[in-house]
Amino acid sequence: MASRPYGKGLRALSITTVAAMTAALALVFFYAPLEAEQGFLQKIFYVHVPLAIVSLCGFVLGGLLAIQHLRTRDSRWDMRSYVAIHMALIFGLATLITGSIWAKGSWGHWWVWNEPTLVSFLIVFLLYATYQPLRFAIEDPERQSRYASVFAVTAGAFVPLNFIAVRMSTSFLHPRTLSSTSNLPGSMGFTFLVSVVAIALLYATLCKYELTVKHTRAQVRALRRRLVAEDSPARGRSAAPSGLPEEEPRPAPGPDGLAPGGQRFGSAPGTAA
Amino acid sequence: MSTAVDGGAATAPERSEQSPARPQPAFWSTVAAVMRKELLVELRTLESVPGMSLFAVTTFVVFHFALNRGSVEGDLAAGILWVTLLFAAILGVNRLFVADADQGGFDGFLLAPVDRAAMLVAKVATLLLYLLALELVAVPAFSILLLGPSVGPALPGLLATLALGDVGVAVIGTLVAAMAVRTRSRDLLGPLLTLPLFVPIVIGGARCTAPLLEFAHRSGPSGRWLATLGVYDLVFGLLAYALFDFLLED
Repeated sequence: MASRPYGKGLRALSITTVAAMTAALALVFFYAPLEAEQGFLQKIFYVHVPLAIVSLCGFVLGGLLAIQHLRTRDSRWDMRSYVAIHMALIFGLATLITGSIWAKGSWGHWWVWNEPTLVSFLIVFLLYATYQPLRFAIEDPERQSRYASVFAVTAGAFVPLNFIAVRMSTSFLHPRTLSSTSNLPGSMGFTFLVSVVAIALLYATLCKYELTVKHTRAQVRALRRRLVAEDSPARGRSAAPSGLPEEEPRPAPGPDGLAPGGQRFGSAPGTAA
Repeated sequence: MSTAVDGGAATAPERSEQSPARPQPAFWSTVAAVMRKELLVELRTLESVPGMSLFAVTTFVVFHFALNRGSVEGDLAAGILWVTLLFAAILGVNRLFVADADQGGFDGFLLAPVDRAAMLVAKVATLLLYLLALELVAVPAFSILLLGPSVGPALPGLLATLALGDVGVAVIGTLVAAMAVRTRSRDLLGPLLTLPLFVPIVIGGARCTAPLLEFAHRSGPSGRWLATLGVYDLVFGLLAYALFDFLLED
């Protein structure tokens, strides 16, 4: 288990995450004081805000990894960028749901337009929701990864800009009362910090699991293809990168073991002339 | 013109090191040639601009019935104007690269020894001209059909806001159109990708336009929002310039 390159450290990371999550939840329920105005409802703050922070960082991280992919053309970076955005989307959905619950509890509506952070988060989420359809609509794996990276960089730059624009549009109309972490009392601030660390660890662990699964599946596919010694049926269309790029050293490279993403057509634009 | 233009002109000579024997055509003559081709195709087929303009006018009629109002002003007027313009722009964005993808325009361009950024600049400029033509029809139609206050005093501020908004729409539209055109469901993906990216333009544009279209207490667009639009244009111009090459590689 520990000797595999992708699964290395997974167990330690998982145990740390479970410990951090337990500690964070314990602090939330038994240590942090009840907030004066909102009471027990305010506890969702310790889940909602860290989820939002980690999700946004994940989107931006996906953009940075995509820059690396465009620079190096190594499809492993595309895989990492895909996993970062995929997980951030799931965390984003959780953010929207917890945000809605909080809004319903404190304002009586499932959705409020005067909370700029929530609104800009929705816009970012809607943009990233097109990431998978975009990948799915491109068949050539090489082009799929390239276009997805262009999208990830564009959207990653859009995240902070969008937040600034939406914040500007509402902040001077509605004074911000919630989620300003600077004036939290010490015990709440500490609990919040532990929650952020726990959720970030959860994100890292889930990303690592997804990477390991994808890598293992690609390895199994390559091995099976070598075993049956004939062209196995082509991989079905997928939004996810195929994994196992040709640059990666494989256990024992066969004579004709081409990775599904390894075939490139028209590699250089000028060569056809 | 577009913010991508300045960077393109400066770096064009040093990007072309592959063929030292044959001198490349100058960047701007390439841009002019591609633009001339685009406008010629548009003039002969009339595929984009008439459709966009007609769509805008029809949308104003639809808004009249949907809102059940004879005239609008302020926030509502600004919102209707910007939403209509953006949806009409998306029609143009969707068609921007279709001929290049289907009839070998990309291949022809890639075979020519020219800087690829020229295509981005030419397409952005073409889309800007389309938007200008659209607004020449849509803004008068809006002031006749729906707008309560007279448009005359608002015109300088409105033109400045529209110009800044158009640059952003053109840059984002070109980048997204190039991305969406070679996917299998381009008619769906184009608008899906474009609309969230347009949201900050709608916010800035509508906030600038709303005070111009009030009956009472009419005031100019706030400099803060104009600056926001400008920064947004600049950032996406640089992004499009940096990323457009990767969309043209095969």
